[in-house]
Amino acid sequence: MQFDQILQYTLSGLSTGAIYALIGIGFSIIYNATGIINFAQGEFVMLGGLFTLSCLEFLKLPLWAAIPCAIAASTLVGMLFERLAIRPLRQPTPINLVIITIGGSILIRGLAMLVWGKDTHAVPSFSGDTPIAIGGATILPQHLWIFAITLIIIAVNKVYFYHTISGKAMRACSYNRRAAGLVGIDVRRMVMFSFIISSAMGAVAGIIIAPLTMTAYDVGVMLGLKGFCAAIIGGMSSGLSTVIGGLLLGVLESLGAGLISSGYKDAIAFIILLLILFFRPQGLFGKADSERV
Amino acid sequence: MNIKVMNFVIAAVTVLFSANAFAAAPIKIGALFAVTGPAAFLGEPERNSAKMVVDEINKSGGIKGHKLELVVYDTSGDATKAVQLATKLIKDDKVVAIIGPSTTGETMAVIPVAERSMIPLISCSAGSKITDPVKKWVFKTAQNDSLAVGKIYEYLQKRKLTKVSLLTVSDGFGASGREQLKIQAPRYGITVVSDDTYGPKDTDMTAQLTKIRGSHAQAIICWGTNPGPALVAKNVRQLGIKTPLFMSHGVSSKKFIELAGSAAEGIKLPSGKVIVADMLPASDKQKKSLMAFVKDYQRHYNTEGDHFGGHAWDAVMLIRNAIDNGAVTAAAIRDHIENTRGFAGIGGTFNYSAHDHAGLGKDAFVLVEVKNKDWKIVK
Repeated sequence: MQFDQILQYTLSGLSTGAIYALIGIGFSIIYNATGIINFAQGEFVMLGGLFTLSCLEFLKLPLWAAIPCAIAASTLVGMLFERLAIRPLRQPTPINLVIITIGGSILIRGLAMLVWGKDTHAVPSFSGDTPIAIGGATILPQHLWIFAITLIIIAVNKVYFYHTISGKAMRACSYNRRAAGLVGIDVRRMVMFSFIISSAMGAVAGIIIAPLTMTAYDVGVMLGLKGFCAAIIGGMSSGLSTVIGGLLLGVLESLGAGLISSGYKDAIAFIILLLILFFRPQGLFGKADSERV
Repeated sequence: MNIKVMNFVIAAVTVLFSANAFAAAPIKIGALFAVTGPAAFLGEPERNSAKMVVDEINKSGGIKGHKLELVVYDTSGDATKAVQLATKLIKDDKVVAIIGPSTTGETMAVIPVAERSMIPLISCSAGSKITDPVKKWVFKTAQNDSLAVGKIYEYLQKRKLTKVSLLTVSDGFGASGREQLKIQAPRYGITVVSDDTYGPKDTDMTAQLTKIRGSHAQAIICWGTNPGPALVAKNVRQLGIKTPLFMSHGVSSKKFIELAGSAAEGIKLPSGKVIVADMLPASDKQKKSLMAFVKDYQRHYNTEGDHFGGHAWDAVMLIRNAIDNGAVTAAAIRDHIENTRGFAGIGGTFNYSAHDHAGLGKDAFVLVEVKNKDWKIVK
């Protein structure tokens, strides 16, 4: 029995962790390209879920068509956000940018509340609700979708950042914006790109978890914070370490809730965040000398 | 000089005529509801219901010639704001009674204001400490949590189920339910074998439920408001837990069935009678009020009325009945409410007295079960 329980905690933790990882990567992509910590990242998770709902209910699209529509709509919001709130800024000091993204997230959340109301909405799962038994533990088909889509996104990310010109250009921006600009990279376009990629990823995360967790105008806050934790654990890298950070966070939360006390579930995430920031601000896996500006 | 006299005459005539036209001046009632913010699911139907009843009363000529005027303020669930707005209602708007606030925290903060200004306060929140001990000017229309807990435990006792696992949300509603569940358990010969909580924004409760699965409980009681309990229902289904699942009256609306989908089937919960109004026997005293409320709400807002709105309906009706009996001042309204007996409202049949300002008994709740996406009364 005890082993079954541990297995269940771990599986539950991994599936929540995969979501944290996706959101965390969204944070780090923007951070690496622009030096901004985009606190509106969680809102794209919310938008993904709610746009899917609208496509399903008002446009009467089938699920396979609703999903790309929702991703496109959320990405559009991300582009507008960059264009209207980030780019016009004359003096992009970190504190200005942080305040702007927080303000943007409140604005997006408020608009979403007006559009979709304050109620929670259910979204149908992709392929049924029949539980799948693994050993003594059970997961849902939707969990498999989450794992699979997370893996695909991470793989695509890897290919993009290391094997395409624009991905390499974005990495160049992250190392040194001025130098990147001097060798002819359009830094502004890269910033726009980073917002497109991360808002699309946020939306995907929101879409694949909506059937499990349901969605409402205010789901982005907590998920955004957890994703931020994952990114911090991973040292703001847009690769594997953020993924491991997310999974670690999910599993620790789940084990903590099961074995210690469910009252401390969120506390665990934030204690980890504080410990990492105190003792290893470069991330759990980062080298101390890898300074990013 | 002449013009001045004329002006004076015109002014005097105008005043006289307007005073005549409003022979019985409108009676002002204040209302504090959390229309926005985290408790909006309470405040919104409450505001809607209160407005609806007042409109209906005025349309049918008011009460003994008095029109009612409802002054509603939104507290957004914030206790500080609630206190400021209560003062504003009393000082600026000069209301004779206040309905609300929507949550227990806000009500507790507003009570001293109402007591000091001697204005009757009819709270729409459930916390039992609002009227325990009795405060002279404070009443409430929402059912105590303890009654809902009693309803579940009575059922368990009848089925000889003695071991329960608790899973409560970590907010005011969950904490109050958890306390009652633990206090009342021994009275029904029930032992609490595990006691877990979840956060109001949590998205996965499988960890807590896995622990419960290992605890050999005979019933799981989950205490929370949407969307948490719907997730719990789904997670229970996912983990293949066969233990009967009970919920609180916090989810007794169609929204819960919609959110939990097929996972809601078979779940039992105590609920006010609103959601099963049409299934009640004709002998039920509340049936007439309930049907009127449900139909009116459907017509006005094109959606189903719930028991939260019912709390405001009851509060307006209590004031209406008081005014109908000739009370127009704050003190007279208070006395009439305290003397209300056998008023069959939405929340239950109210019997107030000098020692009881909550006014409801266990018959305020029925135990319902989700069957085929609808409610069914459990006998």
